[in-house]
Amino acid sequence: MAIRRILIANRGEIAARIIRSCRALNIEVVLAVSSADRDGEPARQADRVVCIGSAKSADSYLNAAAIVHAAVATGADAIHPGYGFLSERAVLPQLCARAGIVFIGPTADQIVAVGDKLRARAAAETANVPVVPGGAANSPEEAEAVARKISMPLLVKAVGGGGGRGLKLVERLEDLPKMLDLAAAEAGAAFGDVRVYLEHYIGCGRHVEVQVLGDGEGRVIQLGERDCSVQRRYQKLIEETPAPCLSAALRESLQQAAVRFAERIGYLSAGTVEFIVDAQREAFYFLEMNARIQVEHPVTEAVTGIDLIAEQIAIADGGGLRLQSEVRNLGCAIECRVNAEDYRNDFRPSPGRVRDVSWPSGEGIRVDTHIVGGSSIPPFYDSLIAKIIAKGRDRASALARLRAAIGATHISGVHSNLGFHRAALDDPEFQAGGVDTGFVARLYARRPDLSEQRTAGAAHG
Amino acid sequence: MTLTAADVAEIMRLVEQSKFDELNLEIDGIKLTLRRAGASTTQDTPDAVGAVGAAAQCEPAVPVDASLQDIISPMLGTFYRAPKPGSAPFVKIGSVVHEDSVIAIIEVMKLMNTVRAGAKGVITQILPADETLVEFGEVLMRMRKDP
Repeated sequence: MAIRRILIANRGEIAARIIRSCRALNIEVVLAVSSADRDGEPARQADRVVCIGSAKSADSYLNAAAIVHAAVATGADAIHPGYGFLSERAVLPQLCARAGIVFIGPTADQIVAVGDKLRARAAAETANVPVVPGGAANSPEEAEAVARKISMPLLVKAVGGGGGRGLKLVERLEDLPKMLDLAAAEAGAAFGDVRVYLEHYIGCGRHVEVQVLGDGEGRVIQLGERDCSVQRRYQKLIEETPAPCLSAALRESLQQAAVRFAERIGYLSAGTVEFIVDAQREAFYFLEMNARIQVEHPVTEAVTGIDLIAEQIAIADGGGLRLQSEVRNLGCAIECRVNAEDYRNDFRPSPGRVRDVSWPSGEGIRVDTHIVGGSSIPPFYDSLIAKIIAKGRDRASALARLRAAIGATHISGVHSNLGFHRAALDDPEFQAGGVDTGFVARLYARRPDLSEQRTAGAAHG
Repeated sequence: MTLTAADVAEIMRLVEQSKFDELNLEIDGIKLTLRRAGASTTQDTPDAVGAVGAAAQCEPAVPVDASLQDIISPMLGTFYRAPKPGSAPFVKIGSVVHEDSVIAIIEVMKLMNTVRAGAKGVITQILPADETLVEFGEVLMRMRKDP
């Protein structure tokens, strides 16, 4: 191994998660922190901590020059970007290349290619991967022409990025100009790119994605799919693998489509190809590729036994890619994202100091977190505080373990969405499996108690 | 009462003329330690002991004195005391600075950023070694501001 020391340019649970793989591989860790994260749990676990900037992300976790400088100055061989922040910005691998630092992830060109959603659509079409009917909307006239060609309703989406930002639903053609302006403004603010495009809106689709690993030379393997349909405003809350209630033929088609797409762009490292699936019609469409490790990667690790962070490091280090025949998916895994937010109050973020916390443990249970009693949750970053993952030999046993695990989790001092997870896992529709992205709205309609505001001052999970 | 730079200079002159090696003075939360060079020292910042006869060092036990100020690194980078290798440093202990005086350079990925004193006064301590990594928020220097 040439990589002996890795600088982690991220925070929170994913920083702690990457540290764990580095420990197992006997790799030293330098953690780049903002001034708000100096005293956090990942900082305590790292071999060395360097403060790269103020609490504001733009100054610290988005400050590529400071991050690469810190890597050079601390003798790190490589940078792991985690997810979010700079993980899908070409500037980080570009600066790494200039400084002789290995970037653990895809190439800058690949980040640009999949980051431009229109280019990614074109690549999908070339790879014979179906895309949702749609097209570019560079002018109001072009947009209207595309909108008339594809049927209503439609989505205005940002060319420059995903994650729900710059995304607008249009149900009537006369609303299109207004929504184009809104989406462009949001996209410009979020991604520095005002370009938008249109896609037909598939109302009750399922969000299914395929985990891939590529060697950068055209060979790609897949590690199965994940169903992430339990979402609220495009933010995933529960993920599982395998995707329930899919025909074997559809599952196989999805996996092969993901591999074709990644092969087409000669993808390097770990990535995820996202699809929207219409299970009734046995149809699926390419949405986008995420060129990074994803939040929900642990469910794939649970059923394959493969450490995806270690695979990323091995590929970046020239250690090559394992064979498809080495990948065996066994059993089922489900993950709940625990967020510091008030699910009774429009999921409003609830930063602050955690008083006490008890995380679950036991057979088949994994908890990825950076939160211990007394941890502070700064208001500057996302509200994810833990991922609780349960594995079982089948979906029923994984679900039973997860329900017990969520029931055994207690957090005080800040609000959390544990109550939401209890309700979701108890719900017969979720238990039956194969829900679409409308599930959370239906759950709230069935369970008025979920929106009952609690009394002021109480802050319990 | 507070000590002015002129007061400190006068006290230094008196100590230098005296037969004492060390003076410890505490007034209103200000702690002034003067120690003659060559005297045994318990200070952990030896480079702050000046080369000229008696060294003046204004080290508060607790930073209660509003006239003492830290100069904080505004960014992570490599700390340079001089504009280029071999040339004289921007400032030394005892250098008189004003708000806009450049006191150091911090280099981030070959980009040179100047750090300014931010206040008028005298540099009393320089903490990082030259050409080493400094972090965001790290104390680079301490100074005594002019009243």
